[in-house]
Amino acid sequence: MTTTPKKHMGLKAKERLSNTIIYILLITISIVWLIPFIFLVFESFRVESTYQVGYVVPKQFGLDNYINLFTKTDFPIWFKNTFIIGLFASVIQTIIVLCMSYTLSRLRFKGRKLLMNVMLVLGFFPGFLSMIILYKVLSWFNLTSANSVPGLILVYVASSGMGYYVSKGFFDTISRSLDEAARVDGATRFQVFTKIIMPLSKPIVIYTILTAFMAPWGDFMFAKYISHATSAGMNVAVGLQYLISTPQNLSAYYTMFCAGGVLVAIPITILFMCLQRYYVEGVTGGAVKG
Amino acid sequence: MEKTNNSKNISLFDDIGDLDLLQLTKFQTILYKIIHFFKGIPNGVASLFKYIFSLIKNFFVWIKNDLTDIVQTFVNGDYKTKLSFIIMGFGSIARGQILRGLLFLVFEIVFIVYMYVAGFHWLGKLPTLGTELPGTAYDPRLDTYVRVDGDDSFKCLLYGVLTILFILAFIYTWRLNVKQNKISEEILKSGKKLKSAKDDVSSLLDEQFHKTLLALPLTGIFFFTVLPILFMILVAFTNYDGAHDGYSNLFTWVGMDNFNSLFNLNLGANNLSVAFGEILSWTLIWAFFATFTNYFLGMFVAIMINKKGIKFKKIWRGILVLTSAVPQFISLLYVSKMFSANGLVNGMLLNTGIISDLSHIIRFWEDTTLARVMVIVINIWIGVPYLMLIVTGILMNIPADLYESARIDGANAAQQFFKITLPYMLFVTGPYLLTSFIGNINNFNVIYLLTAGGPDNPKLLTSAGTAGDTDLLVTWLFKITTGAESKYYLASVIGIMIFVVVSFLALIVYNAIPSTRNEEDYS
Repeated sequence: MTTTPKKHMGLKAKERLSNTIIYILLITISIVWLIPFIFLVFESFRVESTYQVGYVVPKQFGLDNYINLFTKTDFPIWFKNTFIIGLFASVIQTIIVLCMSYTLSRLRFKGRKLLMNVMLVLGFFPGFLSMIILYKVLSWFNLTSANSVPGLILVYVASSGMGYYVSKGFFDTISRSLDEAARVDGATRFQVFTKIIMPLSKPIVIYTILTAFMAPWGDFMFAKYISHATSAGMNVAVGLQYLISTPQNLSAYYTMFCAGGVLVAIPITILFMCLQRYYVEGVTGGAVKG
Repeated sequence: MEKTNNSKNISLFDDIGDLDLLQLTKFQTILYKIIHFFKGIPNGVASLFKYIFSLIKNFFVWIKNDLTDIVQTFVNGDYKTKLSFIIMGFGSIARGQILRGLLFLVFEIVFIVYMYVAGFHWLGKLPTLGTELPGTAYDPRLDTYVRVDGDDSFKCLLYGVLTILFILAFIYTWRLNVKQNKISEEILKSGKKLKSAKDDVSSLLDEQFHKTLLALPLTGIFFFTVLPILFMILVAFTNYDGAHDGYSNLFTWVGMDNFNSLFNLNLGANNLSVAFGEILSWTLIWAFFATFTNYFLGMFVAIMINKKGIKFKKIWRGILVLTSAVPQFISLLYVSKMFSANGLVNGMLLNTGIISDLSHIIRFWEDTTLARVMVIVINIWIGVPYLMLIVTGILMNIPADLYESARIDGANAAQQFFKITLPYMLFVTGPYLLTSFIGNINNFNVIYLLTAGGPDNPKLLTSAGTAGDTDLLVTWLFKITTGAESKYYLASVIGIMIFVVVSFLALIVYNAIPSTRNEEDYS
């Protein structure tokens, strides 16, 4: 293909212009997306006022809010609660999700399609609906209010089998000829699962652990209902929201809330960034396969 | 079908067979599938009804065949089989399959004991949900009056449902036991041996491995999802609320009253149906905007970052991903306070003199339209990084030669986007769009943590408490449940309505999307 030099220049200039526009847009987007977090960090170091003020950079920097957060509020308890819930949930939930998704993806049995359809339909009910009865039954076993940590673990973990989609999408992509070859060699289905497929499944295992660990840090609805306004049973989300829930609380605890937000965000963000690769694989695969 | 060798003669709007489909270029194939996705929607609705009808029909045919089979098994069976109809597992034990037989037998004994001890008691309470209020009774040993518990409607309903489910499980096991006898007889007749207990156990790791793997997940789902949902559906037909809590004051069946009050339009303003209609329509509007703004803006950002010649791709992506790694509740609560009346934004506007005095501050969360726009805009801020990640992954999967041939044909960037990228994305992410739409209908966190449903709307004041202009059905449900009156029955009616709306949308789309049908294609 031949083009005149002049037209070629025109294309290049156009390209440069569009790239410049894109750079400007990307810089703007980055700033807009980061700014609230920068504000949050600044406000968490503010000493002169615990209430909302009309400027970002504190007049006096200090760790007061962080110290107060640990001495004047129940933040350590909330943090510990959430950590314990995340730990247990990630282990148990991973086992459950892997069992479920592996079975539905690679084993063929009567009723498999029906089972998948039933779970799809169950998912159309709002999850909170079942909380009314679950709360009552959990309270019979004293697993609510101050003692809500085991109750919440149960609630998060028990129905986690319904969230098998992403993981199943992963197993679907592993070639079935692997299973067949192993079966011809006399392996049982159990051996295929443990010796052939599991070693190949590191990305999805890490993805499942990661999402299961992170979910309790952000859950608000279930945790609020189960902890029932008892500070000792709250997770960080409910606890920090409680800090700023009334105008009086807001004026006393606003900057401590900011400090708490920073303290929760740091470990979760670091964890997320370290395992980002697995997360991206899981998210993309899951979205494509539904 | 008329066969043609020239692919250009095939109209993409007609149904074409697999052979002809192969002749199309990749691009044409994708286009063809998209056209047929939209053409499929009306058929999807029609086939849905056909499907439901055939399900009902098949159910009755199945029952008829099953009953015939049971009778035949009895008539043709030997004495072991016949006795098994009463003593479950007898046939198995008599034929040497002791473990299986014992399991059947133990199940039958447990069932009978349970029914005698508790089952019939709870079944009897189910029609009334309890009649005895707590009271006092004379205790001759203590020579005083003591408190006596009455019935607990909650327990009556819960254990009643459990008992019915247990009876169904028993019927199923009994049927299994009958079938077992028939199969065993056939195997023995053909001269083969029955499986030993050892075979049975080891098959749990092989032929029956799915049962082993599913046991734990399905138990959890049954007790924490299926049973609660069944219970809550039934609650919608009772008057269970804070005043009728079941033990200090019984609750009972009220038939369709709760549904009638939701659809009764003759009570003037401030009734439930008005509130329900308003909140439902806002929920759908919200779900639509929340889903598609995120989707298209996420795609836009991903395409910008992926464009050839743009440097620091990892940094742009990293910044966005960083923001989505921070737990949502922190971002949402902080931003909510940032835009509050005394918040940072108004404070900065005051300090810089853009607004002159306190009477001019912008009340972001107190004006209906402004609050609604704000939640959608902030949701973009929350959701776009996530979409960017998904879209980036998919963009890399689009065959590069599609773009190559488009460029040679002289298509510019916009044409490439509308003719290749967008159709491909819509096709591949169809199921995701649906799940995301459903997720947004139930998006509790964004709404509750930003506005808590506010600003409160006097029009939405009902017997169940107030609702606000940004309340979704799910946050309304939460408020009704946790509110002073705890109208559980209303909460479950709304839960059922959410279910109806969601499944209606989903069934239509699922019937029309081709990519959910061909599960095996991915293997």
